[in-house]
Amino acid sequence: MASNASNQMPTGVKLLVAGGFGVGKTTFVSAVSEIRPLTTEEQITAASAGVDSLDGVEAKSTTTVAFDFGRITLSAELVLYLFGMPGQTRFWFMWDELSAGATGAVILADTRRLDACFAAVDFFESRRIRFIVAANEFDGAFRYEPDEIRAALKLGLHVPVTTCDARDHGSAKGVLIALIRHLLATDGGQDPGVPASGYLPPARPSLTRDGVLS
Amino acid sequence: MTGPVGEGWLDGDAARPVRPYAVIRGRTSPSVHLDLMSMVVATGAGPGGYLEPDHEQALGLCRQPATVAEVAAWLRLPVAAAKVLLSDLAECGALRAAPPLTADQAVRRPLLERVLDGLQRL
Repeated sequence: MASNASNQMPTGVKLLVAGGFGVGKTTFVSAVSEIRPLTTEEQITAASAGVDSLDGVEAKSTTTVAFDFGRITLSAELVLYLFGMPGQTRFWFMWDELSAGATGAVILADTRRLDACFAAVDFFESRRIRFIVAANEFDGAFRYEPDEIRAALKLGLHVPVTTCDARDHGSAKGVLIALIRHLLATDGGQDPGVPASGYLPPARPSLTRDGVLS
Repeated sequence: MTGPVGEGWLDGDAARPVRPYAVIRGRTSPSVHLDLMSMVVATGAGPGGYLEPDHEQALGLCRQPATVAEVAAWLRLPVAAAKVLLSDLAECGALRAAPPLTADQAVRRPLLERVLDGLQRL
């Protein structure tokens, strides 16, 4: 059996892709990944409150949380992995494991449903994981200026907001490059106004048709 | 570049015949601590004797370095079950595991520069 005789193992760099359900996370990962996105699952077991089985043991319910990820091999020594965060908010506890040791994150935004990003923004700010926002331009959606999106998401001026076509390899790659440039530009400086550790998403106002983006 | 699935080792449409946790006989606590992003690779050494089929299959997927997440995906096992298999293999010397980057290491400037350079050259 062939073995890896070298002592060198590649370094795996983890980037996160977040955004509301249906915003295009898997599309984005597919566009930039060298492999078809893989799906990994975690089985979560939770005791069902107040439900006992016949033998008195607390009944348990299991749920499976799946997440997609892609890979980009940059060299024999460096491999990027892009993890799509589960969109449904009931899987928040998975986010901690997925985000541990992450280099940075991309939050994909659907300008028709910007409020779907709020939770991701809050989470990454609370975990001090730096991110950029990329508005996925769906055909026919009104194109908002980055500053309008930044205002609607209440992001500081230091957080880059860009646009992309999640289906396009070059566009998705451009978003990753923008993210790494942002990390280099903010290297060594703490973002102002980052909340204390301990995750509890602060309430953000819902966008309404009469809200910031109308 | 393709992995074991691309090489035709695994039929993506085939259903798993055995429930995932039966594979590891109900054990859920791996002995060697592994993370989703731990990098694993076969050492070429090891017990030299009979390996259970699932351990054999897992080891076969690690001839080139791969993350625990990839191995779990290729085996179509939950991450926890894959970690137990891989941890068993690491314990007997058949597999080497490297820990993932810490949060601090993940944002160090030299690394970021290498990533940027690599992405720009794609």
